[in-house]
Amino acid sequence: MSLLEIENLTVEFETRSGHLFRAVDRVSLAVDEREIVSIVGESGSGKSVAMLAVMGLLPKTARVSADRLTFAGENLLGLSPSARRSLIGKDIAMIFQEPMSSLNPCFTVGFQIGEALATHLGLGRAARRARSIELLEQVGIPSPESRLDAFPHQLSGGMSQRVMIAMAISCSPKLLIADEPSTALDVTIQAQILDLLVRLRDEQDMALVLITHDMGVVAETAERVVVQYAGRQVEQATTIDLFRDPHHPYTAALLAALPERATGRRLPAIGGMVPGQWDRLAGCVFAPRCGFALPICSTEPPRRAGPELGRALCHTPLVAGRPVALDRSLDGVPA
Amino acid sequence: MTPAISPVPADSETPVLFADDLVKTYEVGGGLFSKGGTVRAVTGVSLKLAPRKTVAVVGESGSGKSTLGRMLALIEPPSAGHLAIDGIDVTGVDGHRLKMLRRSVQMVFQNPYGSLNPRQTIRKTLEEPLLVNTDQTPEERRAAALAMLAHVGLRPEHADRYPHMFSGGQRQRIAIARALMLHPKIIVLDEPVSALDVSVRAQVLNLLADLQEEFGLAYVFVSHDLSVVRHIADEVLVMYLGRVVERAPKEAIFADPRHPYTRALLSATPVADPTRKRERIVLTGELPSPFAPPPGCVFNPRCPIAFDRCRVEKPEPRGSATHVAACHAVEAETM
Repeated sequence: MSLLEIENLTVEFETRSGHLFRAVDRVSLAVDEREIVSIVGESGSGKSVAMLAVMGLLPKTARVSADRLTFAGENLLGLSPSARRSLIGKDIAMIFQEPMSSLNPCFTVGFQIGEALATHLGLGRAARRARSIELLEQVGIPSPESRLDAFPHQLSGGMSQRVMIAMAISCSPKLLIADEPSTALDVTIQAQILDLLVRLRDEQDMALVLITHDMGVVAETAERVVVQYAGRQVEQATTIDLFRDPHHPYTAALLAALPERATGRRLPAIGGMVPGQWDRLAGCVFAPRCGFALPICSTEPPRRAGPELGRALCHTPLVAGRPVALDRSLDGVPA
Repeated sequence: MTPAISPVPADSETPVLFADDLVKTYEVGGGLFSKGGTVRAVTGVSLKLAPRKTVAVVGESGSGKSTLGRMLALIEPPSAGHLAIDGIDVTGVDGHRLKMLRRSVQMVFQNPYGSLNPRQTIRKTLEEPLLVNTDQTPEERRAAALAMLAHVGLRPEHADRYPHMFSGGQRQRIAIARALMLHPKIIVLDEPVSALDVSVRAQVLNLLADLQEEFGLAYVFVSHDLSVVRHIADEVLVMYLGRVVERAPKEAIFADPRHPYTRALLSATPVADPTRKRERIVLTGELPSPFAPPPGCVFNPRCPIAFDRCRVEKPEPRGSATHVAACHAVEAETM
């Protein structure tokens, strides 16, 4: 049994016009203990919404459904609010993209770290202070005693993110969800934060779900990758396999569009843009931008390929850059 | 010992942009009870840019790269030093001549959501530079705006829409079109693609390359993203705390980085290749305050190879005509 098991998670939002917008469409994911899984995708891919649904942090307008959504065997969907509160922040913690706006500007760093310690562990004042200093030390903040009394505006972006991480790991969570933890930071600070997260994973025996749009971060940090596009999970593979031989045309195009992989002056860009609320097709969501699209792609939703093909959601997954048909009925494509 | 070289090497092509020893200082603070201070945002930057060439300015936040960009775009007057655009010295020029010079340099900003007026249609936005700077008739302006829209890959029907109706990539195309309306010779691009998704980023980078060819533009490309810089730049300036620590042609910067900061920056940049062995030079700490830059070399508190001399003596830029680094350790190596 995996630590976190998600099967066919769907999140829909009621829009003002009364329609339902499907932000996450039947996403499945299993995260094992001590594993680093990355969810990668562009804006609008539903990567953050899926994890917010796991945390139960979505607004009331969201409708979350899933065949299975369990954490350490416990069903997260039927959880009462009080049971959820005792789980979230303790066993599952999350950090966000903008550390500066994630901290409350009105309270000191020490107070904010202490809150979780008081709520979940029931520590007294002195014990909280001692543990807070220990946590700040662990995340690499110099002279932690003096930093306890600092307000968030006195910290740099990198420091704020370290404080957020200290808060997240304060109750030794089994799972840490990091939503673009280093995107707003400079590269040298980004490297420090990613190294810190990997080190904490090793020390604390926690699993890490890393949401990012940066393929470089994925390649250097994650063990397994899930690629999402327009709310759907288009591919899932180990990091090594995904970068060596991407099976979904979107993954392949995304990798090819990276400037560092380009050979010529022009980049092989993906034409068009991510579909919005109203222009999602009946068939494959990537068909309008896909270089390998067949007529069937815009009419019929693709089946999911097997794990040997990265569970690619595609009629003709790529093998070594060439499409192969899942069905023998497709003309002109070698099976 | 290598002789100290002149700040800007001579080359055959006439530069369209020439900067010599540019300095920008700001007076700050000075409240009721505190004494104000002087921040040196940019110190002694020299560069030279030929048509159809791209110079990239790389650095982290606080490195002064954006301030440099703003000085080159004539938004901020330099506090000291010389700046010549198209052979005309900008220092001391004002009134009508400055206005004429401003036509030659235009700027594209990072955030396409914030840099377009939400209450103006795209046609109005594009016509405005012509309205202010030329005496073209309304018909001519309209035709010019529509022609420019086509150049940046948008359709004529987009002209009467408002900015909120466009995606981030499209808005950046509009911002680029606006910058091109007066047919400038130089465009200062301040992080033009860092707010865009990977697939859209490639489209905009391709567009910039096409426009450079077509209009013979010179680009000053301010960025923190080394993988993008590697793709687009001809020459790279690496800035740290307001100073250029290394300047070299692109190939040399990436193949043979000399300054320890450049090396650290390169090693911290995530590369989308999970099989790559990473030898990360971890920089501890963060950028020092520009109010109180450290004595000696500004990089010495974070430098992994700093020695005694670095803490007292400021390193001068040294090297060959094309490849210059300001570092005592490099100097010792090459002597």
